[in-house]
Amino acid sequence: MTTRAMLRGFRGRSIASLASSNYRYISTLVLAEHEGGSIKASTVSAVEAAKSLSKNNSVSLLLAGAGAPLQEAAKHATSCHPSISQVLTADSDKLAYPLAEPWAKLVHLVQQKGSYTHIIATSSSFGKNILPRAAALLDVSPITDVIEISGSNHFVRPIYAGNALCTVRYTGSNPCMLTIRATSFPVHSIADSARSDAAPICQVDLSTFDEDAIDKSRYIKHSSDNTERPDLASARIVVTGGRGLKSAENFKMMEKLAEKLGAAVGATRAAVDAGFVPNDLQVGQTGKIVAPELYMAFGVSGAIQHIAGMRDSKVIVAVNKDEDAPIFQVADYGLVGDLFEVIPELLEKLPEKK
Amino acid sequence: MKIMVAIKRVVDYAVKIRVKSDKTGVETANVKMSMNPFCEIALEEALRIKEGGMASEVVAVSMGPQQCVDTLRTGLAMGADRGIHVDTRDALFPLSVAKLLKALVNVEKPQILILGKQAIDDDCNQTGQMVAGLLKWPQATFASKVVLDEQKKSVTVDREVDGGLETLCLDLPAVITTDLRLNQPRYATLPNIMKAKSKVIKKYTPKELNVEIKSDFEVVQVTEPPKRKAGVILSSVDDLIDKLKNEACVL
Repeated sequence: MTTRAMLRGFRGRSIASLASSNYRYISTLVLAEHEGGSIKASTVSAVEAAKSLSKNNSVSLLLAGAGAPLQEAAKHATSCHPSISQVLTADSDKLAYPLAEPWAKLVHLVQQKGSYTHIIATSSSFGKNILPRAAALLDVSPITDVIEISGSNHFVRPIYAGNALCTVRYTGSNPCMLTIRATSFPVHSIADSARSDAAPICQVDLSTFDEDAIDKSRYIKHSSDNTERPDLASARIVVTGGRGLKSAENFKMMEKLAEKLGAAVGATRAAVDAGFVPNDLQVGQTGKIVAPELYMAFGVSGAIQHIAGMRDSKVIVAVNKDEDAPIFQVADYGLVGDLFEVIPELLEKLPEKK
Repeated sequence: MKIMVAIKRVVDYAVKIRVKSDKTGVETANVKMSMNPFCEIALEEALRIKEGGMASEVVAVSMGPQQCVDTLRTGLAMGADRGIHVDTRDALFPLSVAKLLKALVNVEKPQILILGKQAIDDDCNQTGQMVAGLLKWPQATFASKVVLDEQKKSVTVDREVDGGLETLCLDLPAVITTDLRLNQPRYATLPNIMKAKSKVIKKYTPKELNVEIKSDFEVVQVTEPPKRKAGVILSSVDDLIDKLKNEACVL
């Protein structure tokens, strides 16, 4: 973006908004995801991010669904983070499944009643799908995939597959809408003492909840590989296989290694495209973003788009036959060798997981 | 049935980008530009639907300065029937693009609006969702499979989501955004490149479409991400395990 365009934007702001941005009452609506009766860890990261907006921030958690699963999740929500002031529940068959059309309309409704200064969701497939649609209904530009918050309107987000970082200042009207990267807002374990009073639960009045597009989209089904592996997006250790694994059969080695380490299994786009593993294992610019303590890449060349998904890992290990593979440029420890020899050796010599 | 496809001109995916030393942005002068890969996939899907006999016309739209016309010509060479260029030198953000697309949809009245899920320059992943909201159309983002039911006037879409694959059924008209595995885009053949020269590209300005381009955020700076410190190449698995246990302390 040119400097000229930046200045053009700046001139559009009124004096009033300039003055008021120095001291603002902040209130945040966090769009929550829940599963099996509890709030997802990624949502708790969104609450953590809300904390960074301002010391004085009233955080409301919005849950939607139908019946008992919703009520159970709401109870869990009240004490999942000390910063939550209230839990809002929207109970309707139309919201039984998190579709974008009813959810965006719900956010619009809740915003009109609550006049929040900020609305946050995690940059998961839920948040990415819903928040921009809601922003359009509220006529504001959302800022997505935020990795750093410094103040109530100053955000950093990655561009060009994370090869550049863009710092933006939001100058529009309320609400300021964000999606945040969960890996950038880790939640430190919350002491039981901090949980004190559980937040109140309020039902959202859905009597005026109606919108054309709602019945035009129908959920049919969901397919996933149910494993006991830890969740890829939040695992402490991730072992990733690339095209070098050569077959779906060989990926079983990765499973064994993951089992030994208590790790999640990831994959590159090449491995998914080749049919070795399903799409939800893909780590990369347009797949999952991970930032584990240990990331081990086997038979991964290190394309820009893959690096984008794992560059924030604390320790990166790469094993590849090709010593010129770009992955070695980001690896802390590299091993130039045949993964078909290295992995069995690791399996033999690694300590059992604690 | 008409399909409209939005395509964006971006820095080519293989280019190693450089951040300008004055931190105002990324260096784009003299850098290879191409059609955004996700937009290529969107256009390819529209063309396949047309070739399957379920659409009569594919219209490609691009927005920005004059160079967008090059991207449109590539789209026409791939097989789009007509092009639309929204001519503006103003910086365009997803909200503005969504408003411009809505205005064009009201003119062209397509049954499907298909876009790439994100542009590989700003990585926003917002425009499709926003225009669907403005149009009050149902949306299916991150599509990995699209099956049209002409009779029922609906489309069944498989989406790539965090937990695997989700299947939705949408009534037309609808907005779809494409993910990587939806299809493999075709290359424009030489005869088609020649044919494309005579296809029409209509020009509009935002003013003609009654859309005011306002910006509600400013770019303060563009910087490089923190560099990782250089790593080491080890010589054995024993060495690796030792380092992970005792130096990095992650095992």
